[in-house]
Amino acid sequence: MSDAPTAARPQPGMAAGALARVAVLPVGLALRVLDPPMRWLQRAIGVRRMAYVFLLPNFAFFGLFVFLPIGINIVFSVTGGTALFPSERPYVGAEQFAYLFDCGSYLDPSSCREDHFWRGVANTTKFVVFQVTAMVLFSLITALVLNMKIRGRGFFRAVYFFPVLLSPVVVALIWKWILQRDGLLNAAITTLGGQKILFFVDPGWAMFWAVFVSVWAHMGFYTLILLAGLQAIPADLYEAAEMDATPRWRVLTRITLPLLWPNMIVVIVLALIKGAQTFDEVFVLTGGGPGTATLMVVQYIYETGFASQVQNFGLAAAASVVLGLVLFVLTLLQFAAARRKEI
Amino acid sequence: MRLGILLGQRRNGPGRPLHWTDIAAYVYLALGVMLMFGPVLWLVLSSFKTESALLEFPPSLLPFAQVEVTVPGQPQKLPLFRTTLPDGSVRELAQVRRIGLVAQMVDPADPSKQYRVAIDKREPVRRVALATENYSEPLQRFAFLRFLFNSVFVTVVATLITLLINSMAAYGLAVYQFPGKQAATLAVIGTLMIPMTIILVPVYLVVTELGLANSLWAVILPGAATPTGVFLLRQYMLTLPKDLIEAARMDKASEWQIYWRIVMPLTLPALAVLAIFSIMWRWNEFLWPLAVLTKTEVYTLQIALNAFQGELQTQWHYLLAMTVVTLIPVALVFVFLQRFIATGIGSTGMK
Amino acid sequence: MAELKLTGARKSFANIDVLHGIDLAVKDGEFVVFVGPSGCGKSTLLRVIAGLENVTSGEVLIDGERVTHLPASERGLAMVFQSYALYPHMSVAKNMAFALENMGLKPAEIQARVARAAAMLRLTDYLDRKPKALSGGQRQRVAIGRAIVRDPKIFLFDEPLSNLDAELRVATRKELAALHAKLGGTMIYVTHDQVEAMTLADRIVVLNAGRIEQVGTPLELYNRPSNAFVAGFIGSPRMNFLPAVVTSDDGTLRLTVGERELELPRTASGLVAGARVTLGIRPEHIDVASDTGMLGATVDLVEQLGGEAFIYASAPGLPQITLRQDGQSQFHRGDAIAIRFAADHLHIFDATTGAALARP
Repeated sequence: MSDAPTAARPQPGMAAGALARVAVLPVGLALRVLDPPMRWLQRAIGVRRMAYVFLLPNFAFFGLFVFLPIGINIVFSVTGGTALFPSERPYVGAEQFAYLFDCGSYLDPSSCREDHFWRGVANTTKFVVFQVTAMVLFSLITALVLNMKIRGRGFFRAVYFFPVLLSPVVVALIWKWILQRDGLLNAAITTLGGQKILFFVDPGWAMFWAVFVSVWAHMGFYTLILLAGLQAIPADLYEAAEMDATPRWRVLTRITLPLLWPNMIVVIVLALIKGAQTFDEVFVLTGGGPGTATLMVVQYIYETGFASQVQNFGLAAAASVVLGLVLFVLTLLQFAAARRKEI
Repeated sequence: MRLGILLGQRRNGPGRPLHWTDIAAYVYLALGVMLMFGPVLWLVLSSFKTESALLEFPPSLLPFAQVEVTVPGQPQKLPLFRTTLPDGSVRELAQVRRIGLVAQMVDPADPSKQYRVAIDKREPVRRVALATENYSEPLQRFAFLRFLFNSVFVTVVATLITLLINSMAAYGLAVYQFPGKQAATLAVIGTLMIPMTIILVPVYLVVTELGLANSLWAVILPGAATPTGVFLLRQYMLTLPKDLIEAARMDKASEWQIYWRIVMPLTLPALAVLAIFSIMWRWNEFLWPLAVLTKTEVYTLQIALNAFQGELQTQWHYLLAMTVVTLIPVALVFVFLQRFIATGIGSTGMK
Repeated sequence: MAELKLTGARKSFANIDVLHGIDLAVKDGEFVVFVGPSGCGKSTLLRVIAGLENVTSGEVLIDGERVTHLPASERGLAMVFQSYALYPHMSVAKNMAFALENMGLKPAEIQARVARAAAMLRLTDYLDRKPKALSGGQRQRVAIGRAIVRDPKIFLFDEPLSNLDAELRVATRKELAALHAKLGGTMIYVTHDQVEAMTLADRIVVLNAGRIEQVGTPLELYNRPSNAFVAGFIGSPRMNFLPAVVTSDDGTLRLTVGERELELPRTASGLVAGARVTLGIRPEHIDVASDTGMLGATVDLVEQLGGEAFIYASAPGLPQITLRQDGQSQFHRGDAIAIRFAADHLHIFDATTGAALARP
């Protein structure tokens, strides 16, 4: 405690520091200009109430672009018509939801009135199941390997991590280029004596590549979380195990994995939440096709609300309320997991 | 003592035998490097290929271009071919013109001699060449610089606003005790749970009502107050010793001065993390700009790229080059700040 | 330079009273030390004076002016924090200049003041360094320098020496005393270390559980503690407290202590036979006699410090007794000794309230 003000805290790289400094520079000027009025304000309202002054801008933004929209969204979902302004929309009660949920059988999207929504639900579910499984599996293996005492660890870590930074559009285009009819992969297949495969014409392949590309792009993120967890396991546990001549697989199953479990839960839930919101990569990669084979819920919302000729805000809002509820449950799961982690 | 030496050798010594897991690990990593870096490398290589080279199947690894030579007496440069002549000899000849299945060729070393060669008897002579026109032409043909500027403007302005208002809110929540503090903190956490995807339509309404539709501000403002940022900065500010703030009060600093002269500089590491994240978010943002920007002149790079991939189906050479340009800033950020981002994500669990 | 006055200063956090109505006056130029065990409220009292905490009720006056509701930044006081609270991102010079800039002084004036303070504290060579590059003692001096340049009405010190090692603490203590002599400012100093309090203070305020136990000069507190708490807190090793019962008080006070009867040639008013009291005697006021004495005891432990020795002895029916001998002791564990209390230095406290009972 004594040396707290001067204790070494994690310093960013020089570059990061310089970057931040440059970025903050123009803001710094504005901050200085605000000195006299702020001092006057502090005299007027007292030190304690200055807290509200500091909170005001951020919460104004929250109010305008989060809280207000949540309210409007709920209004949208219970009103009909094509008007954008809520007061011009007639109240229809749960009609939008009823329309959305009007299905012969929930297992068969084509029996539903709004079959695209249910295809989106089915596709998203399929996508999430495969994606989360693959994501957890590969990021766990990668984290375990990267946690070993191997040469060039920093380099390998960087290799797995860097796609995380790429934009979804770039990721999708990179793979679209490889997977196209005359692309690198088909070249490899024909070289090995196979036939060209039209990956984006076959529904099965399209879904496979949607999952693959998404895992490729985001694996590094989850690997890092697991790696942080692995590195938080005290080294003396391993040393003790080594003194006891514990075989490696036993170290893995009896020490590493149990202690990593909290992080695994975080990874699973986070991957679920992000997976349920999947849109951009798949949208650019497959456009939701062939047909509706890779159409996701968010794409449905986007197209219903914005991209179709007849914009149906009510239906889009109703669908997003449903999605929001699912995400809410998943987020509660995450908090529960995080709490367990703290204990 | 002997045991210690043995243990030391087992763990670090050069004589340690490789366990099979070590070998498996290296194989896994080698495959990983190919799979993770390969596609991007392929993108970059492809982006330097000429339009015709991109249409080849199977594709060549490196960007090749046919060699062209100037032959005296010919107004244009002529493509060079390796030709098998009827007598069986192989020579490099320049093609003057092609008529049906027969090409009229000339020897660059001796322009007076002309040959008529069946086109299946010749192969283009090629060397590695970068088709930089893939990069330079879009600059003229499309409003590419405009999109680049839009993206940079959105990224920089949005990040500055985010840093300012997030740090102010974080400071308010970290330093003061006031009625409603708990509610405010809960509101931040609640906002954390509302992804943009589910309030797309109403945010669009708000933005339209504010008269921001189809302006860059429509992209900048809605996401400027990030709950993640408030949270990250608040957590960091809570680790600052309270004494410092009180010392500043004793030193006659106003609360506003304490915020920007004491707390902000000391929060620099966390601010840098947030800045990097914000730059990444903004540069890569897709769904919201896609929804709100419908006029070409306000497109950001990502939206433009998506639009092109629809329009330019057959013009992969431009598309690939623009994709490379789009990922350059991210690549730079990665090269310089990789370790730092990694620790940021590892410790905060967000991206 | 200023006077300070507190009247009925009360502070509570969430219904828990930390200060129970403090009345105190500090004279201009006085060096006052607040001392007490941890949790006694001495730091809270200092923060109330500083303006970092608001009193729940009561008043704070500086130079007769009511500042009770002024925030810290407007009171014109300077404080040296226990952790020093140096701004880690500013150089030594910037740290000292910060307050002066906030006061709106001219750059030349700021520089002159910083240079003067730096020279006084031997910091001139370190002005461009960041706090991280300084030793503990240097940081300490910067923290003091930051207060000095302000030329504040009152200096406040919150346990400023507790993070220094023993040797440096003694040295800095002497420097602080010299500094006070030189500057002559009003200084209020909080510590839990009674040696610091004894050596530095013009007057000591002993606090316990949010109340002032006694205010007085160091020797007043040592010689005439007003209650058992002050008596036990001031002086090292601690005063011995022995339970006793009054047998009679008729010009000569007779007490039963353990298994022995003591006779004291004086009266303590209002003592009746059978009253329970606590007898207080400092280790330095107990003599050892090898033959006859008042009390027989067995040596438990001897601590030889070379120049002095401490003997811990037990007598039947009494708590362990500490006594101090000059020079080196010839006693060993298990020796039977006889001890004699210096009657002039005996303190008698009420066994239940701890209040000192009047002396003749």
